[in-house]
Amino acid sequence: MIPGVDGFMYPNEVELQWSLLIVLYPYITGLVAGAFILASLERVFKVEAVRPTYRLALLTALAFLLVAPLPLQLHLGHPERSIEMYLTPHRSSAMAMFGFVYLWYLTVVLLLEIWLEFRADIVRMAQTTKGLTRLVYKALTLGSENLSPAARRIDDKVGYAVTVIGIPSAFLLHGYVGFIFGSIKANPWWSSPLMPIVFLFSAMVSGIATVLLLYMASMKVKKMAIDMRCLDTIAKYLFYTFVIDFTLEMLDLIHRTYEADESFRSLDFMVHTRLWGSQVILQILLGTLVPLVLLAANQLWTFSEAKRRAMYVIACGLTLVGIFAMRWNVVIGGQLFSKSFLGYTTYKVEFAAREGLLAASALMLLPFVIFIVLVKLLPPWPERETT
Amino acid sequence: MVLRRFLRDSGHLVRPAIVLLAAMGLFLVVRSAVIPKAFGQYGHYRPGALDAIRARPISFAGQDTCVACHDEQAKVRAAGKHAHVACEACHGPLAKHADDPTANVPKRPEVANLCRRCHEKDAAKPQGFPQVATVEHSAGMACNSCHQPHNPHL
Ligand code: HEC
Ligand code: HEC
Ligand code: HEC
Ligand code: HEC
Repeated sequence: MIPGVDGFMYPNEVELQWSLLIVLYPYITGLVAGAFILASLERVFKVEAVRPTYRLALLTALAFLLVAPLPLQLHLGHPERSIEMYLTPHRSSAMAMFGFVYLWYLTVVLLLEIWLEFRADIVRMAQTTKGLTRLVYKALTLGSENLSPAARRIDDKVGYAVTVIGIPSAFLLHGYVGFIFGSIKANPWWSSPLMPIVFLFSAMVSGIATVLLLYMASMKVKKMAIDMRCLDTIAKYLFYTFVIDFTLEMLDLIHRTYEADESFRSLDFMVHTRLWGSQVILQILLGTLVPLVLLAANQLWTFSEAKRRAMYVIACGLTLVGIFAMRWNVVIGGQLFSKSFLGYTTYKVEFAAREGLLAASALMLLPFVIFIVLVKLLPPWPERETT
Repeated sequence: MVLRRFLRDSGHLVRPAIVLLAAMGLFLVVRSAVIPKAFGQYGHYRPGALDAIRARPISFAGQDTCVACHDEQAKVRAAGKHAHVACEACHGPLAKHADDPTANVPKRPEVANLCRRCHEKDAAKPQGFPQVATVEHSAGMACNSCHQPHNPHL
């Protein structure tokens, strides 16, 4: 008997090829898209209340975007060859095209918007700092110190336009990740046109939750007052998107259950056995229903500020766990059952291996390190805005 | 006048555009420099890869070669159920050995894992294929203490 395998498993299905690192890829990309969409709320939809998190959200998006391709690189046996995806892209490869979506989003949308937003600060720093720091800021100004009101007005207009382009781009970025899974027709757990949309909304949920937590943490570290109106507004949007996200996921579930195609019994069995803990308990119960209840309670009743803060922290923390569990269930779950629908295998995360827990944890910490560096470089705090 | 003022006030926007264009230009230059000659001539790959692969040393000798020298094992094997299992399926690639038998004496296969690789019980295998749950079947004894590898019939 092959250990970990139950029933009928084709030989090439026994070992999972897409590991924990591939779980991180949609998770991190989702945080990028979510954070950016939150930022664009303020910019495009003029939601003034979330203003304090606008710049923070942009930097969060950048920090995670820079890390997004790394899990994929580490997963590859020959990461140095991944560059060939750009050099000689195969037009029929969804992954190769993702490379360009990624670059488009990084350069044309995110970097440009951040540059326009922070340009005034960059120029001021270039004029006030000294030594190496000054050089860095000088380089970041790209050689123009034009801060005339007219120039700033143009910046604002262009920034607006970039954000308007940015929203569909952010949708594309993460919808695309969903597409990569959803378009695999050989795998009934993945193959669903709803996949990109479900990915997108879960991305927004996780991104908003991350920004909210990072905002609270930053204020704590900076010993600055938390803007409760901002927090409440973000929590409200988190609630709305979460409701849509949950509805979509349930729609998918109901659709599958009612349609009950030839894969259903097998997948249903899997959810009740191998995925019970990660799907039903972590993803749906702890990761979705509990945060939803907490957020809904805040829409219905008014709690004291301290209570609200605690509730938001718990809700967002659980949300992030839940969305991670969702990515896990998609990526790992999709490889646990046999295409024969008669057998199941197991996945055991290694620890100190190339694709092990240690590497994954390091990759998950890296965006926060980058975030701290970015925040040092381009302080997003409102105190600076007044000058 | 208006146009000139507009150009002055939006002049800084040209800079990121230049950076982007420069990056794209650099990419195109690097791309044309590193893409192998005649890429895509036969398909989405480097035609030179065919020669590169052809030039690689051969690692399997093929069993006709083995049989030419190891008549004894060949006869034993031909008489049993492993008749259609190639020598190198168990012994691994031995082209070097076939070229110079005494300089490259091969190690014997590691029986503990060898037989299991093909005969471990698995519901996905055709029912007629001989398979055993090795742990129960041999209770830790080496398979070749009862079976003879070249003709496994007892
Ligand atoms: C040119 C003749 C020749 C060919 C071809 C040849 N062998 Fe050998 N083989 C020998 C000789 C001679 C020895 C004994 C070497 C020694 O012990 O110094 C040997 C030894 C071996 C041994 C080790 C025997 C032991 O006692 O451990 C194995 C296993 C073996 N050969 C397998 C093969 C296989 C499999 C092939 C086909 C790929 C093959 N040989 C092809 C001549 C040949
Ligand atoms: C089913 C797997 C299998 C196949 C097929 C097989 N061998 Fe072996 N062979 C073994 C094993 C296992 C040993 C080692 C036995 C031991 O350690 O006592 C062995 C040993 C040998 C030896 C060492 C001397 C001996 O008889 O023990 C030679 C030579 C040899 N094989 C040659 C061949 C040749 C030539 C062929 C193809 C005609 C072949 N074998 C096919 C499994 C195989
Ligand atoms: C490369 C795959 C392979 C390896 C390795 C292999 N075998 Fe086999 N074995 C076969 C095949 C194929 C058959 C024939 C099945 C058939 O006739 O349907 C077979 C048949 C057998 C049989 C059935 C004989 C009978 O009379 O029914 C036994 C016993 C056996 N092998 C034992 C072993 C032992 C012991 C080893 C390890 C030394 C071994 N096999 C290694 C492929 C392998
Ligand atoms: C203690 C002696 C012994 C050992 C050790 C042993 N076998 Fe067997 N094996 C037998 C006997 C006896 C039979 C034939 C009786 C039977 O079919 O149950 C047999 C039959 C088989 C068969 C054919 C089963 C079938 O359904 O036709 C396979 C395959 C096999 N053995 C593989 C192995 C493998 C692999 C190992 C090593 C892990 C091994 N054996 C170790 C005694 C042994």
